[in-house]
Amino acid sequence: MNKLVAGSRLERVLRSGRFAVTAELNPPDSADPEAVYERALVLSEVCDAINVTDAASARVHMSSIAACALLVRAGYEPVLQLTCRDRNRIALQGDLLGAAALGIRNVLCLTGDDVSAGDQPQAKRVFDLDSIQLLYMARQMRDKGVFLSGRRLEVSPKFFLGAAANPFAPPWEWRPYRLAKKVAAGAEFIQTQLCYDVERFRAFMQRVRDLGLHERVYILVGVGPLRSLKTAEYMRTRVPGVYIPDSVVDRLRRAGSPQRQREEGKRICVEIIQQVKEIPGVAGVHVMAYAQEELVAEVIQEAGLLPRPLQPARAHAGAPNLSNRRAGAYEAS
Amino acid sequence: MRRRWLSVLQRYPHLLEWGYRVTLAMFRGLRPLMARLGYNRVARLLVPVERWSKGAIFGCQMCGQCTLHATGMTCPMTCPKNLRNGPCGGVRPNGHCEVIPEMPCVWVQAYERSQHMPIFGPEIRHIQPPLDHRLAGTSAWVNLITGRAQDTGIVWGEHE
Repeated sequence: MNKLVAGSRLERVLRSGRFAVTAELNPPDSADPEAVYERALVLSEVCDAINVTDAASARVHMSSIAACALLVRAGYEPVLQLTCRDRNRIALQGDLLGAAALGIRNVLCLTGDDVSAGDQPQAKRVFDLDSIQLLYMARQMRDKGVFLSGRRLEVSPKFFLGAAANPFAPPWEWRPYRLAKKVAAGAEFIQTQLCYDVERFRAFMQRVRDLGLHERVYILVGVGPLRSLKTAEYMRTRVPGVYIPDSVVDRLRRAGSPQRQREEGKRICVEIIQQVKEIPGVAGVHVMAYAQEELVAEVIQEAGLLPRPLQPARAHAGAPNLSNRRAGAYEAS
Repeated sequence: MRRRWLSVLQRYPHLLEWGYRVTLAMFRGLRPLMARLGYNRVARLLVPVERWSKGAIFGCQMCGQCTLHATGMTCPMTCPKNLRNGPCGGVRPNGHCEVIPEMPCVWVQAYERSQHMPIFGPEIRHIQPPLDHRLAGTSAWVNLITGRAQDTGIVWGEHE
């Protein structure tokens, strides 16, 4: 598990045995690159890689490849989320080559939320491949240097390949085996759905260890602060695959005022991070909160996960100079 | 959705897999005859039969690359996302589909049924290759016997 396949920062942090932290960035509803940089600024120094969503919940935003390319230009380390919802296999292979050419080194292969989850349910769903087939194909492109047709690539894309797991959705007993399938297909790191039920996750990890999977794949636990009771209610009813137990919702309800709810949501998240960190086989956390980058940064800090290792000197040619603004942002938070 | 008036049979996955095995043996035995009659001619006869029988039991969508025995005798093409390798992360806590809330998740059912299938049940762990969409509407049995279903013209080799 120690040979580098892509040499990305995320890969180096994980293979060196350090506890990894990634954070999620939702691309803006904007054609302005500044909007991406503003969000990245808050996250850049609190995580090892910035994970860019691909029209999450089937709501359109700036494309994840474009947003990742902007991050690369600014010297950040992106993880490209790539879903099968909007692209057939021809587009996916082209995008994988393009992403590698743009300097993207980490790819998270996803099936994707259904079009019906978003605000344009009229759209045609593609799902030509599923996430496991996408993973397998990306790995063949990297390791065998071929397209799905067998046609040879001149230069193969070097990716650190990831996949998702949801230990909190039925069929629970099968979820560890599904993870095994993803590992067999080529997953090198795993990012789980948001964890609010530590006991369920503990049971999942027990099975994962029984199967020996924790030695073959790095598992990052998805965590996220709930900003308010309203957010919690929205997420548990409207966001596919998110499970929030009543005990968590009750804690937010008891907190009272919006400001106290925000603090309580953060405290719950920090507690979950501290608990999952102790579970054998957990290699890191992935922190996400939709359009709440400051909150994510605060959680990572309060969970005692700073400073991050292997921070690069950001002096890439053509990158915008963000150094002054970055310092400013940190004083503010 | 197609009418599935024989779907009650899906409560007996062990019988269905046994039926699958018998049918497979029968078609293998009939292969020389099928070859002599011409696979195209046989397919013309089989397509309506498959459409009717697999439609009534499984809600078959005629993808032409039947993988029922490896998916708990549950048709993965009835999953709105057409997933061939297992459930997505959107399954609801009650085991229902993310896309169609009143429908039980195809893969939750597939997993449960596979647990009652001593012969082919464990095959649910195999990685299924991408579909060849050119085979939609053709006879899966003929495709299986001729090898067309397995040889879809893509590189899908073993790793390591």
